Amino acid sequence: MNKKLIRRRRLKNALFQGVLISIIVFSIIMLLLLLYQVFKVGFSHLSLSFITSMPSRFADRAGIASALAGSIWTISLTILFAIPLGVGTALYLEEYANKQSWWTKILELNISNLAGVPAIVYGMLGLAVFVRFLNFQRSILSGALTLALLILPVIIVSSQEALKSVPSTLKEGSYALGVSKWQTITGVILPFSIPGILTGSILAVSRAMGEAAPLIMIGAAGYIGFMPKSPLDSFTVLPIQIFNWTSRPQAEFQDIAAAGIIVLLVLLLSMNAIAIVLRNKYQNRMD
Amino acid sequence: MKIIYNNVDFYYGNNHALKSVNLNIEENKITALIGPSGCGKSTFIRTLNRMYEHIPKTKITGEILLDNENILTDAYDLAELRKKVGMVFQKPNPFPKSIYDNVIYGPKKHGLKNKDALDSLVEKSLRKSALWNEVKDKLNKSALELSGGQQQRLCIARCLAVEPEVLLMDEPTSALDPQSTLKIEELFQTLKESYSLVIVTHSMQQAARVSDQTAFFLNGEIIETGTTDDIFTNPKDQRTNDYITGRFS
Amino acid sequence: MKKKIKKREFIIEKSLILFAGISIITTLAIIVTLFGETFQFFKEIPIMDFLTGKTWAPTLVPKSFGVLPLLVGTLMIALFSSIISLPLGLGSAIYLSEYAKKRTRKIIKPILELLAGIPSIVYGFFALTFITPLIRQILPQTQIFNVASASIAVGIMTLPMVASLIEDAMMAVPNSVRNGAYALGSTKMEVALKIIIPSTSSSIASAFVLAISRAIGETMIVAIAAGQSPVLTFNPLESIQTMTGFMVNMSLGEISQGTLEYKTVFAVGTMLFFMTLIMNLVAKGILYRNRERY
Repeated sequence: MNKKLIRRRRLKNALFQGVLISIIVFSIIMLLLLLYQVFKVGFSHLSLSFITSMPSRFADRAGIASALAGSIWTISLTILFAIPLGVGTALYLEEYANKQSWWTKILELNISNLAGVPAIVYGMLGLAVFVRFLNFQRSILSGALTLALLILPVIIVSSQEALKSVPSTLKEGSYALGVSKWQTITGVILPFSIPGILTGSILAVSRAMGEAAPLIMIGAAGYIGFMPKSPLDSFTVLPIQIFNWTSRPQAEFQDIAAAGIIVLLVLLLSMNAIAIVLRNKYQNRMD
Repeated sequence: MKIIYNNVDFYYGNNHALKSVNLNIEENKITALIGPSGCGKSTFIRTLNRMYEHIPKTKITGEILLDNENILTDAYDLAELRKKVGMVFQKPNPFPKSIYDNVIYGPKKHGLKNKDALDSLVEKSLRKSALWNEVKDKLNKSALELSGGQQQRLCIARCLAVEPEVLLMDEPTSALDPQSTLKIEELFQTLKESYSLVIVTHSMQQAARVSDQTAFFLNGEIIETGTTDDIFTNPKDQRTNDYITGRFS
Repeated sequence: MKKKIKKREFIIEKSLILFAGISIITTLAIIVTLFGETFQFFKEIPIMDFLTGKTWAPTLVPKSFGVLPLLVGTLMIALFSSIISLPLGLGSAIYLSEYAKKRTRKIIKPILELLAGIPSIVYGFFALTFITPLIRQILPQTQIFNVASASIAVGIMTLPMVASLIEDAMMAVPNSVRNGAYALGSTKMEVALKIIIPSTSSSIASAFVLAISRAIGETMIVAIAAGQSPVLTFNPLESIQTMTGFMVNMSLGEISQGTLEYKTVFAVGTMLFFMTLIMNLVAKGILYRNRERY
């Protein structure tokens, strides 16, 4: 009787494990299917001329040059704004702020709430503040500022985690030598935490690179027939170009949308790969 | 007297951690602070270089005279104080940098840039901490590759590089093996010729072996001070006697 | 030298406070801009018409501003996507924290992170060109743009977030808690269901709420795959329009400031902002109230 019961419990456990494994397998299959679908549709349309050509009414002549340039412009500026701001805020919260004070608590609550605000709402903010109020128009600058605000909370929180991992004994060692706070930050704290900060920042930036909604809200164009030359030029980015092509009824445009997705994914994956390499290096050192 | 404590009281929030402490610390002597854990001896040395300022909600009253100047006033520059009063911690805490960069970290941050001066400072400090012969060929190797005892001597060298007058040691050998401990204890004897040492230790044998003066702490108070010989052979207070004979810990 | 350092320290600290202030300014700016335009909107359209009206036709004649079709569309996406993301996310978390060996975890976690890192525009493409045709093969009456396809894609996209939030909480349960049960001869399943899930229930609930909030704010997938027809329907095989879908659709055309269209976008955006804000606060509240202590 008892043996039978144990057998039944073991059987149940095995079944449960089977269910869990199939859930994991489902996720993996979905990822593979998604990649397969994109490559099946898009790979044959990928060519050098696709990358160097402007968009066109004719799918077979259309390319992503202006969108790729727009993405690179926008993301470079986003990095320029978001990383110093994010790391600076994290430094303030971890190294300067009094953790008990109401001001710090409000700051932290505010940041975690901002992290949950939908991307499209940042687009409305960008539209009202950067495009209209500051009159930056529908420019790369407006787009980059909008994306910078969008990823700021992510960079802050991940940088805070990285800063928290710095052993307090190292900081004390520096302070005990009469070294000032900022000198301790640049001499000990940042060198120790930079891999972690970079990992988090790269992941945040790659998120910004894949965003379309906030940039559509600020009025980034769906069609740009020239290469942007300054931050005040109007622009489009890869995700918007892909959206534009995907939402056309003709199948040819969906094919080149897939080719555009491949380019976007290659960019994102290489950024992620860098982040993973950095993190592994970091973890090994921590062990 | 190098250092004089006049009625120093110290609080972590509501916790009264040091109670009207009076103590004289002599120049070029080793002063050992002993007492059960939580008695205030680690807090005590953290008042000497004002390390407590990095902990929120602390309060200190009274005066601490270093060369007859009160270090607790705002006018006393913190960087100057910590250059004069170096500190070595319980667990070796070398920076994850090269041996060379560890030693020059302090002087460089204080503005010394001349390469030759830095080079000779590295050699001088490492010689004083009895580490030079072991590391002179691998100054650019990471400090983390050194053994625990070597790391601790590197931390001492790092302190010496900013040319202090007083060295605070917070249980400097408690994380080390007996061999390394012995080496560091020998080092103390040479160091005291040029520096005043204040050593917190939980080992009474160590206090008896290395120190000239001893102060016994209990519950935030100094129960008894005197020469080490007196304290260990002829304690005046019953509680001191109980502690050194191991009746409580 | 001393003075210079002190001055520099002072300036740096003040600048860092300023940096930190940007996030507060961002929040205030969001609230001010959203409220301002929304206030203007309600000057023209009575709030009750907006909240209870069943017809959404802001650009047609006669105009109509009943937001219910958009709201129902949004909630359907949230509901159907959670059918995928919640159970599968929970299951993945249990597998990773209770069953998987260290090596397996090392392979599976990056895959989940990859899944989370794929832009929503790509999921939108996948939904439209792969999931929709698949559904239409099984259920031919399905419209090209439909709730089901978009929901599946949103569900797959939010699954990794649910999994990772819950897994973090489960990994934080100390092994001593598990070992007690194993010592009594419990199977892994019994430990997972009777000990791990109950002791992480608030994290699980909070992750669920966050996933739903994410689905409500998700934009590109629904703009591509769920359609742009604001019809009040509960049929997942039909085309609808979500709040975010409407906002994107309006922005694709030129809308000038001051027009009713512009204000309408902000009114819908304000509603979206509040729905997600409340859910995020609820998620945080659940965690805060029942902090798991060991």
